[in-house]
Amino acid sequence: MATKAQARITGRRLLQSFAAAGAQEIEPDIMQPAEVLLDLYGEDIRARAYVTQDPTCGEMMLRPDFTVPVVQAHMSQGAEPARYCYMGEVFRKQDHFGQARVNEYTQVGYEVFDREDPANADAEVFALFSSLLRPHGLQATMGDMGLLRAAVVGLETTQARKAALLRHIWRPVRFRKLLERYSGQTPMPQARRDLLAGARTKGPWIGLRSPKDMDQRIASLREDAKAPPLPAQDVARIEALYTLTCPAAQASAQLRTLNMPVLDPAIDLLEARLAALRTRRVDLEALRFDASHGRTTMEYYDGFTFTFETSRRDWPAVASGGRYDALTRVLGQGREIPAVGGVIRPGLLADLEGAAQ
Amino acid sequence: MTRIKLGVPSKGRLMEKTFDWFARHDVTLKRTGSEREYAGAVEGIGGIDLVLLSAGEIPRELAAGRIHLGVTGSDLVREKLADWDNQVASLALMGFGHADLIIAVPDCWSDVDTLEDLDAAAHAFRDTHGFRLRIATKYHRLVRDFLTREGVADYQITDSQGATEGTIANLTAEVIADITSSGETLSANHLRVLSDGLIHQSQANLFVTRAVDWLGTNAAFQTLVQRLNLTPPTL
Repeated sequence: MATKAQARITGRRLLQSFAAAGAQEIEPDIMQPAEVLLDLYGEDIRARAYVTQDPTCGEMMLRPDFTVPVVQAHMSQGAEPARYCYMGEVFRKQDHFGQARVNEYTQVGYEVFDREDPANADAEVFALFSSLLRPHGLQATMGDMGLLRAAVVGLETTQARKAALLRHIWRPVRFRKLLERYSGQTPMPQARRDLLAGARTKGPWIGLRSPKDMDQRIASLREDAKAPPLPAQDVARIEALYTLTCPAAQASAQLRTLNMPVLDPAIDLLEARLAALRTRRVDLEALRFDASHGRTTMEYYDGFTFTFETSRRDWPAVASGGRYDALTRVLGQGREIPAVGGVIRPGLLADLEGAAQ
Repeated sequence: MTRIKLGVPSKGRLMEKTFDWFARHDVTLKRTGSEREYAGAVEGIGGIDLVLLSAGEIPRELAAGRIHLGVTGSDLVREKLADWDNQVASLALMGFGHADLIIAVPDCWSDVDTLEDLDAAAHAFRDTHGFRLRIATKYHRLVRDFLTREGVADYQITDSQGATEGTIANLTAEVIADITSSGETLSANHLRVLSDGLIHQSQANLFVTRAVDWLGTNAAFQTLVQRLNLTPPTL
């Protein structure tokens, strides 16, 4: 394993490249208020971040990630457009053993806040990472959460069902169960049949959730019971989309063969991004497209996603990133700005450099 | 030769049943000294020391290799040890100390019978009340892993080290996750187990540490394993 000093040397080299690309260096605090992150990510982040108590600041978290503080810094003072770079340690609890699973490591990142041309900004970030990582022979993969969202939004079903599916787009297991329920593949459980027929449990009312909360849910279940099942072919198309992998060069052609007109605007955006990547001389035959890429990470990226990985399965991604417009909306309190960026782990790069020598 | 340390629960039914289980295999565990002194001995087999300690501390002591064998619930091992099967191995299911770790909701929630219902209720609750639905438990890891695996969102875990069934009526939680054997405490507190809310079926296990490398070749360990009719795992 590379030492921290070696990781920093590699990291500084990357940071200089990011600065040379026009980014302003910023240095967010290591200790972050826990509330913002907990509200955004709930138990997922509590399981991964170190939380501590400060007498005057309340619950604090050792920075698990740079993106949230970078967005906050931009929202409070940023001129537009803006490019930022940073280097520092992040801290994450590890629930499993393994050599590459370290609980503190350096990240070097580059983030672009630009309204003008999102496809071009996506390509700028990816091409920059790609050129810096080229000597290491990593496998690059890209995805697009926008396609998955468009497929759900385009379903011919109730708003409530679409909202439930969108909420679980990052949780494939629950997403699949909901699809099975809405399409009638799983029959309605007997308990729900009884409930809709008027059956009620007998216990006295306890707790903060109110009878009104329950009545509202029962009303929404009644509405849902009236909705026709999702056609089997729509479910099959969604599944075909979600399992699609191919070289990026073929992605838009493959997506068009799914015969889902609702995807057309999202495919147009993808094509614009691929064209911008081609202009920047990215090899689209070597770049892998995986429609579900980014689905099992935190609810964070809502458009373009990418990773650079080694062939070692027990290693985490050496670099990762994507577009997070929705995050700026949540943190911007009424303001928002399209944003895309990514991070590299220089410690892993230094390991690769050491192994190659 | 290094002596082996066997850790068993220091009091109550778990201790009695552990003593009975070993006695059935002609290994006598007994407390020594005064009734209040936590000292014990192993008779009928050489080279083994008895260590009496709290069942909750046995997983940690096994993982550290400070004891080599230990009797405790599989729920505690899975809760307290990350990657538990890398740190310890189960030698035997002992057939007592049965308890189910479950998720329970107020029985008055007629609309919540499954995890799918719980997830939908949690989402609506967060919208209405402005914070995530609180699940009181002391089994943070097991509950979180289970709900992540099942794709339940919009909840938060609040720590509850005891009297967990009372937290809902006391308005400090909306849902609980706890161990139950008969279910009587749950129904007395007007709670009901979700139909798919079983997280783990626990019972007492004889665990062996993976933290030391000499155990597999230790004569006292081999004798004990033979006496107990067990197949030792690869350590």
